[in-house]
Amino acid sequence: MSPVVLHMQEIPTNIPLEAETICPDLFAERAQAEIEAMPVALGNETHRLADFFRVEGERSDEIVIEGGAGRVKWIGSGMTRGRITVHGDVGMHAGSYMRGGEILIDGNADDFLGVEMQGGLIHVKGNARHRAGASYRGSKYGMQGGIIVVDGNVGHEVGAYMRRGLIVIKGNAEDFLGAMMTNGTICLFGQAGIRTGAGMQKGTIYCRRPVDLLPTFAYDCTYAPVFLQMLFKGLKQLGVETPVPGNGSVRRYHGDLADVGKGEILIAA
Amino acid sequence: MEINGVCIDETYAEAFGMYASRVLITACSKGWAMEAARSMAGFGTSVIGCGCEVAIGTEATETPDDRPGVSVMLFATSKKAVQEQLINRIGQCVMTAPTSACYNDLEAEDRLSIGGKLKFFGDGFQISKRFEPRMFGNGSGPRRFWRIPVMDGEFIVEDRFGVQKGVGGGNFLLLGSELSVTLQAAERAIEAMRKVPGVIMPFPGGVVRSGSKVGSRYKFLNASSNTAFCPSLRGAVKSELPEGVGAVLEIVVDGLTPEAVGEAMRVGIRAACGPGVVKISAGNYGGKLGKHHFHLHQLLAG
Repeated sequence: MSPVVLHMQEIPTNIPLEAETICPDLFAERAQAEIEAMPVALGNETHRLADFFRVEGERSDEIVIEGGAGRVKWIGSGMTRGRITVHGDVGMHAGSYMRGGEILIDGNADDFLGVEMQGGLIHVKGNARHRAGASYRGSKYGMQGGIIVVDGNVGHEVGAYMRRGLIVIKGNAEDFLGAMMTNGTICLFGQAGIRTGAGMQKGTIYCRRPVDLLPTFAYDCTYAPVFLQMLFKGLKQLGVETPVPGNGSVRRYHGDLADVGKGEILIAA
Repeated sequence: MEINGVCIDETYAEAFGMYASRVLITACSKGWAMEAARSMAGFGTSVIGCGCEVAIGTEATETPDDRPGVSVMLFATSKKAVQEQLINRIGQCVMTAPTSACYNDLEAEDRLSIGGKLKFFGDGFQISKRFEPRMFGNGSGPRRFWRIPVMDGEFIVEDRFGVQKGVGGGNFLLLGSELSVTLQAAERAIEAMRKVPGVIMPFPGGVVRSGSKVGSRYKFLNASSNTAFCPSLRGAVKSELPEGVGAVLEIVVDGLTPEAVGEAMRVGIRAACGPGVVKISAGNYGGKLGKHHFHLHQLLAG
């Protein structure tokens, strides 16, 4: 099945385009004309998708976006199947509420990437900004399943309130990584900002480099957990090579003791 | 029918339905994985007295944690019995072994909560990790593992283990002129049968000398010595032993499918047939024991 290709046209203003209709679930059964007629929002105006994208193809759960979509919000939001490949950047909220399928971004992602997602895979070749895999303000839980892989750096509060799932960051993270997380796993291969794991109740944050920990984290031991070997093997299966230290040992800290205190931060020894 | 001068009795082995599971045990070395597996398989020869039949299968070429591993198959008469035996044996024999971890090794629709019960040993400090299928690609949905804190680090056990219908009690009898040659024939058979995937021979070294019949003259016993095949009782009971037979050994085989059991019997009998073996027979109980009948002539005709 050949994909539906969306060629990004010029957006005439600086207002971001809201295009949650760019979703494999909605494209799978629609003819080209129907796809072109799908609604998108520009400010308080409703437009046709074809007003901003030249559409090629139909009836496919695979979507390719050509050209920078850095000002297009909600791409793949709530998708349950198929694949979206973006040759360029994506705007805010990409893959939010996602339940299945894949989003491959050959560029950078804006804020709220994969927020509250429950399944599927998001792979960003560039950087992602703030609150990836986190919750929306006021929501109890962030990401509840699925995988986010970011080859570059990420912003603040990534994985905040995360409940389940996996976030892999090959580059650096800014402050409050995994803050308030209640479960799930975050792998950080670069440098962490301040207050990593602040308020975390449960869950695991693995850091390849030394971390300036909050005083509410207590050292347990230095050991080589088998779970990490499984995790790294699983990452390899995803195509993520892991720079594992020679003996695989980590220093384990538990916290945040200002809260439940059953979270863990593992720092490569 | 004759193979290498050995008469094959025109009879059938009578086997019965069981429930099967298969676990994968890993450890820091092959030695420690085998220690855990041996311990788990201990006292697991016959459902008659052990509650399950369990034995070590093949060495694993690939494991979830990339450490050396070995598979263990366990058979019992009900799903509940499989669950109880797995919880007891993994909890007492695998979790206790240094550096070990235990994973499900049987993809089946039915799943039993094993790690989900053993996790309570962690006293509230157990940690759950759920991996997406694309990370451990077995196509069966996410896999959940429990990290239970133990004194050498943590014991990893999978949350759910597959269980499926299997076949227990496939068998054949080696009737030899004397014990030493009969035992050699049994060893040859076991060596060949161990190469068949999906089967175990649960008795010591795969061989049983105390073959049983259904029932007993004692009310409290539901199985007793297979007197018809005991050379020392040739004159005292209605014996099935021809002249010249001085020793009998039985090989019992359990398998995930009837086909696997049949194939194991076929290669085992062929390997056993040699000098000193007078006859190959099988244990059938007049259809009273189970629905699976493995006719020796049919198996060996192929």
